[in-house]
Amino acid sequence: MTALELIAAPLIIAGVGFFLVGSLGVLRLPDLHSRLHAVTKADNLGLGLIASGLALQADGLAEAAKYLAIWLAILPASAVAGHLIARLALRDARTAEAHKPTRTPS
Amino acid sequence: MNALLPYLIAAVALIALGLRALLLHRDTLRRLLAINVLGAGVFMILIAAARRADGLPPDPVPHALVLTGIVVAVAATALGLALDRAVNSAATDDDRRPDAGNRGDDNPGDAGRDHAS
Amino acid sequence: MSELAKLLPMALDLILLTSVVVLAALVLGGHRRATGRNDARRRVILFIAFGLLLALLWASLGAPDVALAEAAIGAGFAGALLFAATNALPVEAENKVSAARHAGPAPVGHGLEWLINFGIAAFAILLLGALWLSLPALDTDRLGPAVRTVLPETGVSNPVTAVLLNLRAFDTLLEIAVLLTAALAIRQLGPARAASAAPEGMLTALVPWLVPALILTAGYLLWVGAHAPGGAFQAGAMLAAAGVVLHLTGRSGGGLPSPRWQPWALIAAVAVFLAVGLAGLALNGVFLGYRGASASVLILLIETAATLGIAAMLISAYLGGDGGGDEAGDEAGQAPGAPR
Repeated sequence: MTALELIAAPLIIAGVGFFLVGSLGVLRLPDLHSRLHAVTKADNLGLGLIASGLALQADGLAEAAKYLAIWLAILPASAVAGHLIARLALRDARTAEAHKPTRTPS
Repeated sequence: MNALLPYLIAAVALIALGLRALLLHRDTLRRLLAINVLGAGVFMILIAAARRADGLPPDPVPHALVLTGIVVAVAATALGLALDRAVNSAATDDDRRPDAGNRGDDNPGDAGRDHAS
Repeated sequence: MSELAKLLPMALDLILLTSVVVLAALVLGGHRRATGRNDARRRVILFIAFGLLLALLWASLGAPDVALAEAAIGAGFAGALLFAATNALPVEAENKVSAARHAGPAPVGHGLEWLINFGIAAFAILLLGALWLSLPALDTDRLGPAVRTVLPETGVSNPVTAVLLNLRAFDTLLEIAVLLTAALAIRQLGPARAASAAPEGMLTALVPWLVPALILTAGYLLWVGAHAPGGAFQAGAMLAAAGVVLHLTGRSGGGLPSPRWQPWALIAAVAVFLAVGLAGLALNGVFLGYRGASASVLILLIETAATLGIAAMLISAYLGGDGGGDEAGDEAGQAPGAPR
């Protein structure tokens, strides 16, 4: 094992750990908003760790830059996607609330 | 045991699932998804067959076939969705007309005769 | 260690295969009569996941070109297409009475279902048996060496691109013609879907970054296809993705040129492909016959036209009708589904 691999391996293992926690969050957390919270944050961090781990082992700078470019492309995409899903869920919940038949308070 | 066998079993499973849903259901979306799953099964046979043992590079011809297939599948899906949309919007238009079903609405000659009389 | 290095990829593939089959069952399964919007969206999202796992599987099987196309077109673009279609479906009602009213056409009866299941089980066993018997034939290397022998003369070093754009260029020409036929048919079926009336602020803010990045990626994939995974189809899908983003943020033309030029954008790919083919016929006596030094230039020419044409056709298919173009489109987008 080279010195670079010794640094890269813990980064990748930590990244996989974050992915695992994020996925567990999607399965275990009670509602959509907290699930989104888990998946967007944990997966972005996990992907960043895995990408840096792989970049350290890459053949040359160009390949390393590609790994980091993947991470940089995913960051805004997942942030915006998470935001859009949360907004849509909120809007759906409000419409459902508005259409609910009004009950007389007992 | 042959290394290709798991891929072939999965491919046959996808083909069977797709074919079953295609025959069983009548809603357009599920049928289109079924055709896509069925296609994925066929692609899996081709890609698995392209792989060579002993570290030889895979056969590029089935890869090119599958690439073509993916594009044609998405074109067929888009056409299916557009047809469904056109049929549905025609059906809703018929429902909205006050005299729907009473006479041949689709015949433009009818309307012309009414105005003339 | 070497045993482990052999077993790990196999184990990963087995997990992927199982997940793919389970996802396919979930995509197509569920309640027999469920046809509402939420049910459809659940199916489409699972289908996108199904496509992404397939892409991983293709990459693991040594087919990176197919993996890119599957992720970009099979999962990404088809996903956007199917998801947009779910908007037209009625939302499931909470109470049972109106839910029954919204339920789609009844599926086949139970007797027929039993017959279908039996028939398909028999067919699956037959198919698996036939594949099992043809395993020795599948394992022999026939076309691969043939492609490798002529590869230096094809003008590109990526064997898949060589097959698509040189050795079997005729098939690819016909495939693009199929795509064109579908796009033209869709245009005849009515007005395009209206663009989102109130685009989300965050998505709109992303456009000045995302669209140029997608165009740049498309250019890169187009160029790199000559010697590495990539090519016109993947590049065209990237451009089409930019069009979808533009449509989602209120531009109802989806980045397509004005109506005057749209038909030309659609037929550009087929026209250039055909022109190169006929030039080959005139010069070498072979339709689409090009070898050696000029081949790489001609392939790049065809692929550039194909990228633009495929993008135009895919965007047109996504709009789902006669796209008005960015100048005139917003007018047409005002009244979706209105009788013309």
